[in-house]
Amino acid sequence: MAMNEKSTFDGLKAPQAQLTWVKAAPVSAFAENGSGCVLHEGEQIAVFNFTDTGRWFACQNLCPHKQQMGLWRGLLGDQGGEPKVACPFHKRTFSLETGRNLQGEDLCVKTYPVKVENGMVYVGIETSEGQ
Amino acid sequence: MKNIVVVGNGMVGHKFNEKLLAKLPDGLANLGVCLTVIGEEPRPAYDRVHLSDFFNGATAQDLELAPPGWHAQQGIRLLTGECVTEIDRAARTVRTHTGRALPYDFLILATGSAAFIPPVPGMEHPGVFAYRTIEDLEAMTAHAKPGQRAAVIGGGLLGLEAAKAVLDLGLQASVVEFAPRLMPRQLDQAGANLLKAKLESLGIQILLGKNTRCVEAGPGGLTLQFTDEQALEVDMVVVSAGIRPRDELARQAGLATGGRGGIVVNDHLQTSDPQVWAIGECALHQQMIYGLVAPGYDMADAVAAQVAAALLGQPPSDRVFTGFDMSTKLKLVGVDVASFGDPFCEQTPHDVLLWEDRRRGVYKRLNLTPDGKYLLGGILVGEAESYNLLLQMVKNRMALPPHPEDLVVPPRAGAGPEAGAGVAGLPDGALVCSCEGVSKGDICQAIDKESLTDIPGIKKCTKAGTGCGGCVPMLNDLLTLSLKKQGKAVKRVLCEHFNYTRQELYDLVRINGESTFRQVINRYGTGCGCEVCKPAVASILASVHNELVAKQSVIQDTNDRFLANIQKGGTYSVVPRVPGGEITAQQLIVIGQVAQQFDLYCKITGGQRIDLFGARVEQLPLIWEQLIAAGFESGHAYGKALRTVKSCVGSTWCRYGVQDSVGFAIEVENRYKGLRAPHKLKSAVSGCVRECAEAQSKDFGIIATDKGWNLYVGGNGGAKPQHAHLLAADLDKATCLRYIDRFLMYYIKTAGPLVRTATWLNNLEGGMDHLREVVVNDSLGLAAQFEQEMQQIVDTYHCEWREVVEAPHLRAEFRSFINTPETDPTVAFVPERGQKRPQAW
Ligand SMILES: Cc1cc2nc3c(=O)[nH]c(=O)nc-3n(C[C@H](O)[C@H](O)[C@H](O)COP(=O)(O)OP(=O)(O)OC[C@H]3O[C@@H](n4cnc5c(N)ncnc54)[C@H](O)[C@@H]3O)c2cc1C
Ligand code: SF4
Ligand code: SF4
Ligand code: FES
Repeated sequence: MAMNEKSTFDGLKAPQAQLTWVKAAPVSAFAENGSGCVLHEGEQIAVFNFTDTGRWFACQNLCPHKQQMGLWRGLLGDQGGEPKVACPFHKRTFSLETGRNLQGEDLCVKTYPVKVENGMVYVGIETSEGQ
Repeated sequence: MKNIVVVGNGMVGHKFNEKLLAKLPDGLANLGVCLTVIGEEPRPAYDRVHLSDFFNGATAQDLELAPPGWHAQQGIRLLTGECVTEIDRAARTVRTHTGRALPYDFLILATGSAAFIPPVPGMEHPGVFAYRTIEDLEAMTAHAKPGQRAAVIGGGLLGLEAAKAVLDLGLQASVVEFAPRLMPRQLDQAGANLLKAKLESLGIQILLGKNTRCVEAGPGGLTLQFTDEQALEVDMVVVSAGIRPRDELARQAGLATGGRGGIVVNDHLQTSDPQVWAIGECALHQQMIYGLVAPGYDMADAVAAQVAAALLGQPPSDRVFTGFDMSTKLKLVGVDVASFGDPFCEQTPHDVLLWEDRRRGVYKRLNLTPDGKYLLGGILVGEAESYNLLLQMVKNRMALPPHPEDLVVPPRAGAGPEAGAGVAGLPDGALVCSCEGVSKGDICQAIDKESLTDIPGIKKCTKAGTGCGGCVPMLNDLLTLSLKKQGKAVKRVLCEHFNYTRQELYDLVRINGESTFRQVINRYGTGCGCEVCKPAVASILASVHNELVAKQSVIQDTNDRFLANIQKGGTYSVVPRVPGGEITAQQLIVIGQVAQQFDLYCKITGGQRIDLFGARVEQLPLIWEQLIAAGFESGHAYGKALRTVKSCVGSTWCRYGVQDSVGFAIEVENRYKGLRAPHKLKSAVSGCVRECAEAQSKDFGIIATDKGWNLYVGGNGGAKPQHAHLLAADLDKATCLRYIDRFLMYYIKTAGPLVRTATWLNNLEGGMDHLREVVVNDSLGLAAQFEQEMQQIVDTYHCEWREVVEAPHLRAEFRSFINTPETDPTVAFVPERGQKRPQAW
């Protein structure tokens, strides 16, 4: 799993890619251990607030199982300490660290970095050099 | 080079191959042994005992006893579709119908038997079938048309098995038996009477004491003419009147055979030629043909031991076959029937212990020694759970407990024996699986040594339970017992975050009063939680405190979080409560106006309400604002909670009605609305026995009688429909509600997450009798507490939607995006039949 994780991140951080930090909302707009959805130029990103561990995660809002825009409305949790979200439609669960499906199906979601600065939550979206 | 030839690749022939291989650890080739198996059927050996599963969807391949390629892997030469027609004992060769000649040093006849066809005219007509091979079943399937009638000739074990098959084919069944009772070899008159009544109640016609004179074929079908001049018209006849050992080959070879068929064998299962053995249903041992697999398997083992010893150059094996217990337990058309030890004791002095419950259709007979200390045998009809234990008591001559009647009388609440207690007393040598000859000691050892934790593991490791499957309940008990001994409690914990069952957690929360998920997981669990434990804890908190669900929205499933059901495409549906299904014209108009304004798809639900589909998340508070203003309340269609109480129109309008079912339904629905439970709850009230509201398919249902109300519990529709059971009869309204309070609280407290009342009840130890003790007779002394807890929930009811609509911070949660007020641009609909529907996925 550690290998996977590494290669996923290597892929994300391809040399030309560059991160743009998009403002999501103030921390106070998120419920504790809650979530919200960010719309950025047509892209929908689910953002999760793990209050208990003080960590934030983000992934694509589209569930790859049946192409439903719903992951932000799923329940947060962990499996063996790995943070995850469960899709509300048919309960597929996805790791928020690697994006892989935790039931072992061949499904994967894109994850995004999240940072909090001065009470504001930002999501890191890749843009390629030229844009 | 030694040649072994096995004639017949049936159940016993196949078992011989398995047993022989197991006794030759280096395999066949290394010993220079050539094993040839010749079977007349077109396919390798299959499980004839479970032949009827063929009509329940099992394929011919599912029934095969060895995995594909097994014979080749083991170095066995298998010839299927080939019939041995001749044995030349002088030359020690067999010849098949293709002319192939095969030499042998050891010849094993496992030719089984054929269905006995009574020698009366007309058995050759098309539409008359035997019931023995897969080809027979395929022919029956091709002939049968649902709705037709079939006669089964023979009311013994095989005949009733065939009757079940006929029902499974969608035909009506008439069973014709020559003897004055069903299953004359296994049952006494009283047991057979009860079985007859049960089968008749399932729609099977039973004709006893009937001797078939002939079968006539006419344009309309077949007619059975009986010797008493009566007749029966049918479309198909299945003959299952007994078996005839296939000894024709042995006869041709000049081997000794019995007057009524069967190849004569000694205790070594040798025929009159010591180089030729016979095993299974073709063998006649001590004047006895054994028509069951277990004795056949024992014979196979005995011969395998002798042959293996000879091949390995060991001294002759003393493994012999000395007869076999004919005890059996069967499920015939869904009715448990068992007969064990000496069921009749016609020749033996004995005392009889009888238990007959015609109401539930249970008959049990135990034959005891005159001093009452030992069990000799018995008969069980309608319920045979104790069969394995009773059989062991006979076989091992175990002393009976001081009150042997406890062995047959259903346990009363509180007095029930601990699960697995019975098997603890068995000696290690007790044979648990007689098909495979596995003892209690073998099984317990395997569980300990191989760290087995489930039945498939035991089957794989010991082969126990892979034959007729009758010992599986006992394997379960042994597993529980062994795990308990190892200190491994078998416990259904909630998930990886909580090492508690739902019931334990419920009790903890009730006693210690935690009110948030975080408190609960900090105190009793680990980690962040997950999609299993969060809603489970939310449901516990809601049941204990009846708190507003929206306040704990982040631990709720999305349906509870947005107080609406998520649908395809991500929009929601809205269901206002319509208690009892009673609605005014004005209320209908309001619903119509709201639907029109928000362009919602409308549909009448199965629960007598109106479902409005296609609401975007941000529209939900706006829609509810209007509905609430018109007096509607949340219907909780989204929650694991009380859904609806359906009703028929009852005595106010219906000309048959005996009570006001609508009025009572409204009262019941208003009492329990908002009640959170491990799973959804449905209910209904009917105004008379015609049951138009389908109350018996509900978690709790009420049917009016001329004296009051009958209360049924534990029914459900869904994937596995189940009828509710009568809990109490002729109740007045107040008592009925009190019983419902107690029933629901008991369920809410003790059921696992997402377990509906039907499944809960099926797994409740002591079942319906126990439940009745708790609810009606207050055997746990908790009734007052249950009622008081329910009253508290009723008193603190609030409409969740009203609270959301009135609280701006709760309303703010209902939006598509956290960074913009825009709505989700991906939501799209297509028109259909004048309304809209989401795009397909
Ligand atoms: C519907 C049904 C339900 C049953 N239910 C039960 C039950 O619940 N419990 C129980 O214990 N028993 C049950 N039985 C009985 C059980 O199936 C038999 O006891 C068992 O199959 C006997 O095995 P066998 O190998 O002796 O005979 P078979 O399984 O009949 O095998 C004999 C094989 O030899 C072949 N053969 C015969 N002559 C030749 C030849 N000359 N050359 C080549 N091949 C030949 C036959 O074609 C056949 O394939 C049931 C039987 C039936 C039909
Ligand atoms: S159940 Fe009885 S009272 Fe109700 S509608 Fe049917 S017939 Fe009428
Ligand atoms: S039966 Fe299936 S398709 Fe119909 S509502 Fe229920 S879950 Fe949906
Ligand atoms: S759409 Fe997400 S699990 Fe099916």
